[in-house]
Amino acid sequence: MNAIEIHNLSKSYGKVQALKNISFEVQQGELFGLIGPDGAGKSTLFRLLTTLLNPDEGSAKIDGLDMVKDYRLIRSRVGYMPGRFSLYPDLSVEENLQFFAALFGVKIEDSYDLIAPIYSQIEPFRTRKAGKLSGGMKQKLALSCALIHRPSVLFLDEPTTGVDAVSRNEFWDMLATLKTQGITIFVSTPYMDEASRCDRIALCNEGSILSIDTPQGIVQHFDAPIYGIRANNMLALLESARNAQGVIDCYPSGEWHHLVANTNFDVSKFESEFNHMDDFIIKSIEPTIEDVFIKLMKR
Amino acid sequence: MSDIVISVKNLTKQFGNFVAVDNISFDVQRGEIFGFLGANGAGKTTAMRMLCGLSYPTSGSGTVAGYDVMRNGEQIKRHIGYMSQRFSLYNDLTVLENMRLFASIYGLSKKHTEERATELLNQLNFMSERNTLVGSLPLGWKQKLSFVIATIHHPDVIFLDEPTGGVDPITRRQFWELIYKAAENGTTIFVTTHYMDEAEYCSRVSIMVDGKICALDTPTRLKEQYSANSMDEVFRTLARGAKRGG
Repeated sequence: MNAIEIHNLSKSYGKVQALKNISFEVQQGELFGLIGPDGAGKSTLFRLLTTLLNPDEGSAKIDGLDMVKDYRLIRSRVGYMPGRFSLYPDLSVEENLQFFAALFGVKIEDSYDLIAPIYSQIEPFRTRKAGKLSGGMKQKLALSCALIHRPSVLFLDEPTTGVDAVSRNEFWDMLATLKTQGITIFVSTPYMDEASRCDRIALCNEGSILSIDTPQGIVQHFDAPIYGIRANNMLALLESARNAQGVIDCYPSGEWHHLVANTNFDVSKFESEFNHMDDFIIKSIEPTIEDVFIKLMKR
Repeated sequence: MSDIVISVKNLTKQFGNFVAVDNISFDVQRGEIFGFLGANGAGKTTAMRMLCGLSYPTSGSGTVAGYDVMRNGEQIKRHIGYMSQRFSLYNDLTVLENMRLFASIYGLSKKHTEERATELLNQLNFMSERNTLVGSLPLGWKQKLSFVIATIHHPDVIFLDEPTGGVDPITRRQFWELIYKAAENGTTIFVTTHYMDEAEYCSRVSIMVDGKICALDTPTRLKEQYSANSMDEVFRTLARGAKRGG
């Protein structure tokens, strides 16, 4: 059975179409990433799937249950960590956990094995008020609270936004551990470098899904030659490379500019044309998720 | 003025017994894109507040845009640009009205304001949107607009606080092109971020851990030094040992 099934889901706020007729499935036990910039519709989809909003059109099933008809049952089976920190800052770490356990009618002891790898890290601070925790610790508490009733599907809306690289990496390690417990994880992020930590990803933009596949599958679909170029003067290089023969697109990408070519592109000709620039280098590269995203956006 | 736009020596900021910024020293050259990295709680924000003239150091010395960080906070504020992580233009004013407002805050003459507004609108290809309310613009446009408005008074240095979080990849690259152009024209760019792909765009980056700068070099050399494939790896190697924040 699929953990999540989405059929032709649409949602508008007034004139703004937040989600435009999207459909896909998430398998049980999958770590599924919804990847896209602000305004892609990620949070709207989360609110629909956690039964906080009703769709304008279409339907979805969570654990085989209908999102509109069976919303009460769904709520007891999903865990949801919204993008904004939403625990009680005036309650202690322990009290927050007790509160969520009481809401779902469960005992902390019964789920302790599940949350232990995460909660044990903040347990030394169990009497501290949640509002006084550091960002990384808040996140661990929020995740513990979202797991306290042993949900079958865990929804995490941008859990790593605003978090530093070390904590971000730890967070993804925690998700990998949870996945081994059989929990389906549906997670969103605006940061494309996190895609590789997911089993499958959906790239989304402005309310639509651009592509769905494994991270490897997504980049394999990039069907044009792509090169990295650099020189001492990156700006001059960028501007002239765009006008060179056989260049479809050229844009900054960190230390290198990425150059997307067509079949008329001749590397050695390009090299001899640009060799006069100081420290000029061209090399063949593997496309990244961002390269794919850019190509899909421009299509 | 010399070609060094930011120069600090042994800069320290203490809150009670807590040393938020611990004896940091570095120089930033004119036209450089300088990345200022660090884990949560490393002291980035405190350091940046001192460089922007918003707080005075406990000890140390230095200059920003030629003005003393120990004494001339007000002068520093006039000669720098600042773009916050949080969108801070006025949603209920039009594009042009926002430009005029910030120009007048920085004391530009009426004539100069109109000239600069025209220049910036052309730079963004945005002339047709000049009378659009800023609140109705897409996020990417707002970000680009915030950046050019931060340059309206021709500051020597612009401070950017996580400028491209949540922006789509195309807009993000257009944004970096704007930064490259500003740097090419001699504006120094000082960027704080904890997203490491952003660090790869910088001429040089520094990495703060527990209030100290523990690495400072070009991304290429840092990657060589730490035998890493990406700045993300370099950062994680250095920041893993952090005692605070996290």
